Amino acid sequence: MTDVVHNTYGASAGFVTTQRVELFDAMRPLVLDSGVELAPIEVAYETYGELNADRSNAIVICHALTGDAHAAGHHGDPTRPGWWDNFIGPRKPVDTDRFFVICANLLGGCMGTTGPSSVNPATEQPYGLRFPLFTVGDMVSVHRALITHLGIDRLHAAIGGSLGGMQVLHWAMEHPDEIGAAVMVCATSRLTAQNIAFSAVAREAIMRDPNFHGGDYQRIGARPDAGLAVARMMAHITYLSEEGMREKFGRRLQNGTTPRFGFDVDFQVESYLHHQGEVFLRRFDANSYLYLTRAMDYFDPFDDMLQAAPKLERLHAPFLVVSFDSDWRFDTAHSRDVVRVLAAHRVPVTFREIASPHGHDSFLLVLPEYHRTVADFLGRPTAAGSTRSARAA
Amino acid sequence: MRLDLGVIANLVPAGARVLDLGCGDGALLDELIRHRGCEGQGVEVSAEAFHVCVARGIPVVTADIDEGLPDFADGSFDVVVLSQTLQATRRPRLVLREMMRVADTGIVSFVNYGHIALRAHFLLRGRMPIPRLAPQPWFETTNIHPFTIRDFEALAVSQGLVVSDRVILGGDGGPAHGLAVRRPNAFARAAAYVVRRPAT
Repeated sequence: MTDVVHNTYGASAGFVTTQRVELFDAMRPLVLDSGVELAPIEVAYETYGELNADRSNAIVICHALTGDAHAAGHHGDPTRPGWWDNFIGPRKPVDTDRFFVICANLLGGCMGTTGPSSVNPATEQPYGLRFPLFTVGDMVSVHRALITHLGIDRLHAAIGGSLGGMQVLHWAMEHPDEIGAAVMVCATSRLTAQNIAFSAVAREAIMRDPNFHGGDYQRIGARPDAGLAVARMMAHITYLSEEGMREKFGRRLQNGTTPRFGFDVDFQVESYLHHQGEVFLRRFDANSYLYLTRAMDYFDPFDDMLQAAPKLERLHAPFLVVSFDSDWRFDTAHSRDVVRVLAAHRVPVTFREIASPHGHDSFLLVLPEYHRTVADFLGRPTAAGSTRSARAA
Repeated sequence: MRLDLGVIANLVPAGARVLDLGCGDGALLDELIRHRGCEGQGVEVSAEAFHVCVARGIPVVTADIDEGLPDFADGSFDVVVLSQTLQATRRPRLVLREMMRVADTGIVSFVNYGHIALRAHFLLRGRMPIPRLAPQPWFETTNIHPFTIRDFEALAVSQGLVVSDRVILGGDGGPAHGLAVRRPNAFARAAAYVVRRPAT
């Protein structure tokens, strides 16, 4: 798949380092949607490009389930760039010659931002399952605290794929004055029963691992690796498409052409999934996986339209909604549901389904139609008298 | 801007919320949004036209209007525009129905295949007519459902629509004068109609 991971245009954001900041304190804790107070919260983030004099060119990238703050550039080895390096950089769709781009590890993650694997200052032990349950809205609260810390009160745009797009939708609905434009790629306003079912099985795999110990595995010095690897392998199947898998692996065998007729890894697709599971163990925490997938399950901002409608009426930001035709994790119907609700509430919305054989993962790949659409949308003229001025007046 | 788009723009009330079906490069919406205080939303099936709209900041949804308008709620717009699009649809009646579901007012502009020159061309030369405002031969034209002014008025009646305004257009796409206005079915090159759902 390397042919679609790297693009031929633009340049690298170059050498970057992940920065850390402590937000919230005991005096002013983060009050979660559940009412539970949480402080302090350490946030790992990176920035690319320069903030302009009037602080109007900031773009926040909201990452997906297993992403991190390292979206672009590199930490010293240019052959190991950030996870969205083909998308963010000089003369790339999110052009760091024009925009000041911020990407933070989300609340509850395990890549530098406070989450279940962090040490609870009250007990000096890792939180584990004593970490409070949090929502997509709580993730956005932490992003908002970060941009306030950076001296920014309004974003040129917020951009996210998958769970990232869900954060963008929440942010725009709850704080419409802070978002100049919103980009949601292969995202959704609500998981379907099938989506929740996949997440439930992933969580079961983790929680039934004998090394899970009720979430206290860190304290005991164990790791529910088997469960977490199975969760990742299964999720990974939903990120690819049937067509993509057939093209990439078919029924090819790992070694030679003769089946070995055993239960060890024999097909290439098995080997690939094993590899994905193994790599994932090195960088992800099982408890974070539980909390983040649960937050996705509960997200449903359009559930109560009596509450949502007044919020949508105040929403001025143009939206770009993009889906991919082979994505079955959040297929085009998810995106069109979002489009329908936005358009019904007079939100200017641009939508396109992009052809790609690569499934949900398409949003991370170089697809010219997709990149061109995002670049044009971010660079569009925003003349006075544009779409909503008549109504705002 | 094309003259017929200027005519349509004049038929749209200032500040209206407008859905343009088959918005093409977004020229009409651009005019309505930037100069007439309207809110605009486009629908376009062509990828190239989609990109032009996005680049000029026109909100546009990629969809095939022959599949209906599932992305748009009942009565969510003030005006729906079909500018030289109805003849290019596979299911014109479905498109009209959907249009009048989404808004109370529709503006439909179209080339009049009843024009005397087109009739003569067909009658005397036995070849398919090629209208001045849509000058592609039969194998290239997107107008797969050509009709005349009388045809449209009959369709509007059969769909229960009331014609509340109409502008007869000449060969340049601008408002026509004289004979074309008195005998439009034979002498108008095109027309723009404002149709409404009757008050219930």
